[in-house]
Amino acid sequence: MTAATARLLQASTVPAGESTGPAGESTVPAGESTVPAGESTVPAGESTVPAGESTGAAEITGSVHSWDLSTGVDGPGTRFVVFTAGCPLRCVYCHNPDTWSARNGRRMSAAEVLARAARYRQFIGAAGGGLTVSGGEPLLQPAFTRAILTGAKELGLHTALDTSGYLGTRADGALLDATDLVLLDIKSFDPAIARKVTGRGIGPTLAFARRLAARRQLVWVRFVLVPGWTDDPGNVAALARFVASLGNVERVDVLPFHTLGAAKYAALGLDYPCAEVTPPTAAQIDQARAAFTEAGVRAV
Amino acid sequence: MSATIKSTRTERRTERRTERRTERRTERRTERRTERRTERRAERRTERRAERRTDTGGIAASPWQGFTLGRWADRIDVRGFIQANVTPYLGDAAFLAGPTDRTRALWSRLTAMFPDERARGVYDVDTHTPASITSHAPGFIDQEHELIVGLQTEAPLRRAIMPNGGLRMVESGLAAYGYSLDPAVREIFTRYRRTHNDGVFDAYPADVLAARRAHVITGLPDAYGRGRIIGDYRRVPLYGVDRLVAAKQAEKAGLDTRPSTADVIRDREELAEQIRALTELAEMAGSYGHDVTRPAATAREAIQWLYLAYLAAVKEQNGAAMSLGRTSTFLDIYLERDLHAGRLTEQEAQELVDDFFIKLRIVRFLRTPEYDQLFSGDPTWVTESIGGIGRDGRPLVTRTSFRYLQTLYNLGPAPEPNLTVLWSPALPEAFKRFCARVSVDTSSIQYESDDLLRARWGDDTAIACCVSAMEVGKQMQFFGARVNLAKTLLYAINGGRDEASGVQVGPPLPPMNGEVLDYAEVVARFGTMMDWLAKTYVDALNVIHYMHDKYAYERLEMALHDYSVLRTMACGIAGLSVTADSLAAIKYATVRPVRDDTGLVVDYRTDGDFPTYGNDDDRADDIAVWLVRTFMDKVRQYETYRGAVHTQSVLTITSNVVYGKHTGSTPDGRRAGEPFAPGANPMNGRDRHGLVAAALSVAKLPYSHAEDGISLTESITPATLGRTPEEQVGNLVGVLDGYVACGGFHMNVNVLDRATLLDAMDHPERYPQLTIRVSGYAVNFVRLTREQQLDVVGRTFHRSV
Repeated sequence: MTAATARLLQASTVPAGESTGPAGESTVPAGESTVPAGESTVPAGESTVPAGESTGAAEITGSVHSWDLSTGVDGPGTRFVVFTAGCPLRCVYCHNPDTWSARNGRRMSAAEVLARAARYRQFIGAAGGGLTVSGGEPLLQPAFTRAILTGAKELGLHTALDTSGYLGTRADGALLDATDLVLLDIKSFDPAIARKVTGRGIGPTLAFARRLAARRQLVWVRFVLVPGWTDDPGNVAALARFVASLGNVERVDVLPFHTLGAAKYAALGLDYPCAEVTPPTAAQIDQARAAFTEAGVRAV
Repeated sequence: MSATIKSTRTERRTERRTERRTERRTERRTERRTERRTERRAERRTERRAERRTDTGGIAASPWQGFTLGRWADRIDVRGFIQANVTPYLGDAAFLAGPTDRTRALWSRLTAMFPDERARGVYDVDTHTPASITSHAPGFIDQEHELIVGLQTEAPLRRAIMPNGGLRMVESGLAAYGYSLDPAVREIFTRYRRTHNDGVFDAYPADVLAARRAHVITGLPDAYGRGRIIGDYRRVPLYGVDRLVAAKQAEKAGLDTRPSTADVIRDREELAEQIRALTELAEMAGSYGHDVTRPAATAREAIQWLYLAYLAAVKEQNGAAMSLGRTSTFLDIYLERDLHAGRLTEQEAQELVDDFFIKLRIVRFLRTPEYDQLFSGDPTWVTESIGGIGRDGRPLVTRTSFRYLQTLYNLGPAPEPNLTVLWSPALPEAFKRFCARVSVDTSSIQYESDDLLRARWGDDTAIACCVSAMEVGKQMQFFGARVNLAKTLLYAINGGRDEASGVQVGPPLPPMNGEVLDYAEVVARFGTMMDWLAKTYVDALNVIHYMHDKYAYERLEMALHDYSVLRTMACGIAGLSVTADSLAAIKYATVRPVRDDTGLVVDYRTDGDFPTYGNDDDRADDIAVWLVRTFMDKVRQYETYRGAVHTQSVLTITSNVVYGKHTGSTPDGRRAGEPFAPGANPMNGRDRHGLVAAALSVAKLPYSHAEDGISLTESITPATLGRTPEEQVGNLVGVLDGYVACGGFHMNVNVLDRATLLDAMDHPERYPQLTIRVSGYAVNFVRLTREQQLDVVGRTFHRSV
């Protein structure tokens, strides 16, 4: 454990200026937590980490959108989830468009984030769970993400990384060593569909998935089922075959598309391409799950 | 000396020695003979006594056969019996049995009557017979098929009148449902017999009356039975009434030598009344064909005796909370004995429990409309505390703990009995998972921290009502409802004037003239107002409990207590989160009072951000902690009736809606008339970091300053506990473990969708048994008023837990 972390464990104060969180109806779909709506919810305030730290966590800073404590949606158990700000993709169905821009976040040091997480060690320890770095795209800020994950391991927490894998090459060995579980959001297998849906290619994600398999890293794959966009049976079947071939994927979460993030697009003045899409029916979800099960992968 | 003389001396010595030897031998022989004779006599006596006790089934020779004896055999000590005989069960629910056809048929008879009851408000009332233990002839649902018998009146769902509490209440309750009181009864309770309600209003001082009118102290048990007493009903099956009467007679005789001071005189009379009540219990039981003067010899008798004792209590008293205690571990000992001996199968054991629970589900009391506003949905708080850990570390979870929860499947979900699990992370895993599954399936369980309870009250603690703990048979509570803390804050700002009427209710203070409210000034004035509130409140409760003891004494329930009991004065506060957030607004934001033309502050303009309670933000949570501690300290300054120990609860039941209606706009942004949050909950919608953060805020409230309990109600959608049923169960177990590990005291858990509730509001006929948990108890959702339903639906539904 680093000296900085040891100091954190003794700290009894919490960074001042915690926000009051989202206004009104921030509702969350099964399987993912939404990031709170509205203006950046972590107000500026002085950091409680002393200046002049010589090691990692105190110096490394990043842009953070918000934090949350959730159960069952961002990895196993009850978890402290930190949402980084900034994402290279522009998925048409994204329910957190307010995390796209790093400018929407607040500058925080990894030490500050870990101090907040440390507050919940006792609860998480008794309840089972851990810490998850999500966003936005955590690998847009790899040093920051690595510092948080490493610090969390030192605190004795189980760690999870929620990423699209598009920037997978930025995750070095140390970062992955500090990650107990990767939540890999594979947007699509078919490259044409992926480009339509995310604005980018799917190649890097698939390469990252293979790299994780080679490292025997524990992975849960997440696939968002969007009728008319990602639900092409060929696409789903191909993805299922790919996932099954990797060998390190414990399960696949088929997440039904929902429109609960619509208000955020309006607030940001952005166009919402999926505004008219109807969420998938139970039968459609079951069908998608069956595709994975048939390929030999557990789907929930 | 000559040889002759010597020989004579020797002879004599030998003679004497022989004589003595013979004497001793004879003595010993006689002794042994007498011993053997006495033994044989005693044996024969015991055999004859045991024979007399044997039931017609010709079963155990002695009711305690097979039990491990101990101190409990010589004196009244139910806990000792349990500790010596409990069989902890660490396995899972696979052994449980479903309902028999008999059970289904019997329960269907009753469920067929419920729609009528709901439509008319009551099914039927006996308007002629003031209720007592022996006032009604035996009644049955279906005499041929009931296994456990006994009804409050002669017909199921027929309510009784109990005028001892107050005649006006009886008449108003009857009128509300289209009945009228037998004039003879009116005559008796007007001319010949005073009531609790009469006494209280004769003795209330002016301050109390003013505070009641202004709704700053409301919902007091001056017009309804105080409840909050748990008779140790287990004593009846374990010892039989004769033994209990003998013990009370000895206690009473012990008072003969004490000088006849007021306390002693009262105690003697109470003991005499208790003895009478026990005799009446035996008489009532006899009318159903059961001899409860002797201990129960079988499991069926144990359940029947226990139920008859409880039935006697609910025949005689209509306390708001008529809780059952902690009976599952006790009854399990009898069930285990019969199962091992092959006298019962698992299906039969479950059937007995199901039949017992059917009876508990149909306990009914006649209430006034005002009462229904405060406590909606016909609650009786037949609270049963299940599980927990013993002081020696062994879990007190038994197969009957599982059987009790199984009734929610065998009979369908229901709010009563109020099933309460005493939770600790150290409980057996399989039991924890079963409880979580039952919560996900039925939303009918509430949880309390066994770790906090055991440390404070011991391992034979039971919950009365919703969150209020006591050691069974050794403690009783003087129930005090709750005061309106939020309105008190408004009084502090308005110098004691009521913000709706302008009337001077609290002590006068100079008006606050500033444009912006100053935190330090408000806090100082609030302290003064709380002093006045605490004094007036304790005054009111002293009057209430003096008169209740005098005019509506709970004879039977107290007969099932030790003579010397610990009494607590159970105060309470409503509006904790509104008050904490309002103070936080004044401290961290800018609050400008809006005055009417008399200078009365009637509204507030609040600018800027401020932290709110329920987000694990110490800046707001510290204020809530300060409120709890400070008000408790103020209450502790005032002398209580019978030296009762001061406690308080943070609990509102459904009265959060009523109190909100009578309170003006508050600085936190709440509008006049809007409901408070229930119990210790954060205000609706202000907990924004999920259930865990909200629960951790509540867990900071100090139990040592709120020993009458702290209530938290949580609503979660199942999907956000996890993506599969297994995950949901595991995660809920985790949340409960975490909460208790971090000092949390209580949690009501609702696992359902807001959409379901909205549908139930529009189509109640589709959801007759939809049970949800509100502050401190479970209720049939479709029996709430529309206003209360909207309040529940408007509650924060954690979708990201």
